[in-house]
Amino acid sequence: MHSSIPVSSTAETAVPPAPSAWRIFRRNRAAVVAAAVVVLLGAFALLGPTLVPFDPSRTGVGPSMAPPGVPHLMGTDELGRDVLSRAAGGLRISLLVGLSAAGAATLIGLLVGGTAGFFGGLIDDALMRVTEIFQVIPRFFLAILLVAFFGAGLANIIFAIAILGWPEVARLVRSEVLTLRNRQFVDAARIAGASRTALIAGEILPNAMGPVVVNTSLLIGQAMLLEAGLSYLGLGDPSVVSLGVMLQEAQQIMRSAWWTSAFPGALIFLAVLALNLLGDGLNDVLDPRARER
Amino acid sequence: MAPPLLLYAGRRPLQAVPLVLVIFLINFTLIQAAPGDPIDFLLGSSDATEEYIAQLREEFGLDQPFLTQLLAHLGKVAQLDLGYSLRFREDVLTLILSRRPATLLLMGSALVVASLLGVLLGAVAARRPYSLTDNAATLLALAGYSMPVFWLGQIMLLVFSLHLAMFPTQGMMSLRAPREGIGMVLDVAHHLVLPVATYSVYHLALVFRLTRVKMQETLALDFITTARAKGLPESRVVYGHALRNAMLPVVTVIGLNFGFMLAGSVLTETVFAWPGTGRLLYDAIGPRDYPLLMGLFTVLSVMVILANVLTDIIYALIDPRVVYR
Repeated sequence: MHSSIPVSSTAETAVPPAPSAWRIFRRNRAAVVAAAVVVLLGAFALLGPTLVPFDPSRTGVGPSMAPPGVPHLMGTDELGRDVLSRAAGGLRISLLVGLSAAGAATLIGLLVGGTAGFFGGLIDDALMRVTEIFQVIPRFFLAILLVAFFGAGLANIIFAIAILGWPEVARLVRSEVLTLRNRQFVDAARIAGASRTALIAGEILPNAMGPVVVNTSLLIGQAMLLEAGLSYLGLGDPSVVSLGVMLQEAQQIMRSAWWTSAFPGALIFLAVLALNLLGDGLNDVLDPRARER
Repeated sequence: MAPPLLLYAGRRPLQAVPLVLVIFLINFTLIQAAPGDPIDFLLGSSDATEEYIAQLREEFGLDQPFLTQLLAHLGKVAQLDLGYSLRFREDVLTLILSRRPATLLLMGSALVVASLLGVLLGAVAARRPYSLTDNAATLLALAGYSMPVFWLGQIMLLVFSLHLAMFPTQGMMSLRAPREGIGMVLDVAHHLVLPVATYSVYHLALVFRLTRVKMQETLALDFITTARAKGLPESRVVYGHALRNAMLPVVTVIGLNFGFMLAGSVLTETVFAWPGTGRLLYDAIGPRDYPLLMGLFTVLSVMVILANVLTDIIYALIDPRVVYR
């Protein structure tokens, strides 16, 4: 019986090699499909506006409210604009807002949560109290107020959405930093004479990034939904067309032109669903507890 | 000495007072910090005579120092004076209160539907993890999570109102329907179906996902093994023992998501022209009716804070393990 257990002469033979990140990710088939969808939609948003056959803002490139067909694959709106061409540009704006707002929220959260977790004590108490306040007040309404008061520019919209997202990131980062702060490898770096900044930037943050990356993927989707919601309520940037703005315009005419609502909405839905599934898959790779399954 | 639970129920609301003050402070700071003259915000796009502007300036004490203005603002709020809506030409608080019942009806119905169905589906899915039923329900829940709620409403309208003509397209009552008795109830219920179906999807998905995870955890615990060993029928083990324990966190999540629920009600009410506070907010955004916008923010925020307090107290009531602090 004993002979069947491999006796290790070197450490490597005893421990099976850790599966590579890609192999873990590949096991989650939904996430692989989602990643492909995200890449495709990203490419469509990036290149689409230059490839589409019609000028998205020009009226009368087709008849008013033509149903989907050739040459207007997604039909036209009441002003005879091509829905597909507009949707390509709309997706670009929606993704841009989603990425920027999620990025900003993550940055604020890293800063606040990292500081609170690393320094502890009074600083921690004060920062976490502020975070709690932002979690309890109805943030969607705060975003509405901010955009209504300061104007519906793209920058204001991104800022308002970032305000909604950062408190969860801050709490996440803080709890990660708290558990990492007293780990041996951090002690080792400290004893070796690393400065505080070097400790945070070099040792703690890189190891806390896993859950943060997963959360950012989910945040991008949420931010896209929020942008759509704000635009639908009439708080979109009037100088650009996002998918949410298209849905707001569709509300008036969808009774006679269902395609003006169905296609832009389906694009948001698809993008957000793919980002959520992708987050699941990333979680498998980046969370060591999930890796053992 | 009073029992600790009573003390906690008395003390917990007090902890919310600073939060309410923060809400008032945000409102006040917004008027001060926004670009342009505060008078512009109070008047919006309406035409006003010079006299009225002078009167407003006087009334709001805009020539006074910052702190005096802040105290005056707080004093007004304390007297439940939230200002005057320029679009509706009515007192803001009266206006908001008159729209409450419609929103409460919509939110209450959706909450009941979403919680019951979500808990039930979650329990069923958890009995056989990764089975076909479980996977299908999980994917559906994720879809419900990823959809703009107002787009779902638009699609519901297109399919069930316009194409199939099964439900009315908007509002809460038909023009010619009876205004009392069973006829009115049926008419309102008919109008309620699509908004509730739209609005409950997100919360159904949320409650389902949480119940499923909690049920899986609970079913692996020792007392479940004991219950099974006693020879109890499996359905009683799952729905009698496990579900009762798994439902505790569900109560919390419903309470803590009250803010997001209100946000969803704005979008749903806008799609279906449902005459509640959400639709009121939409109507205030177009003409930038700032007093009404700020009044709504105040009232809705206070409601969310109250919901949080209530959730904590209810949780303390039903979970004997909570330590009162």
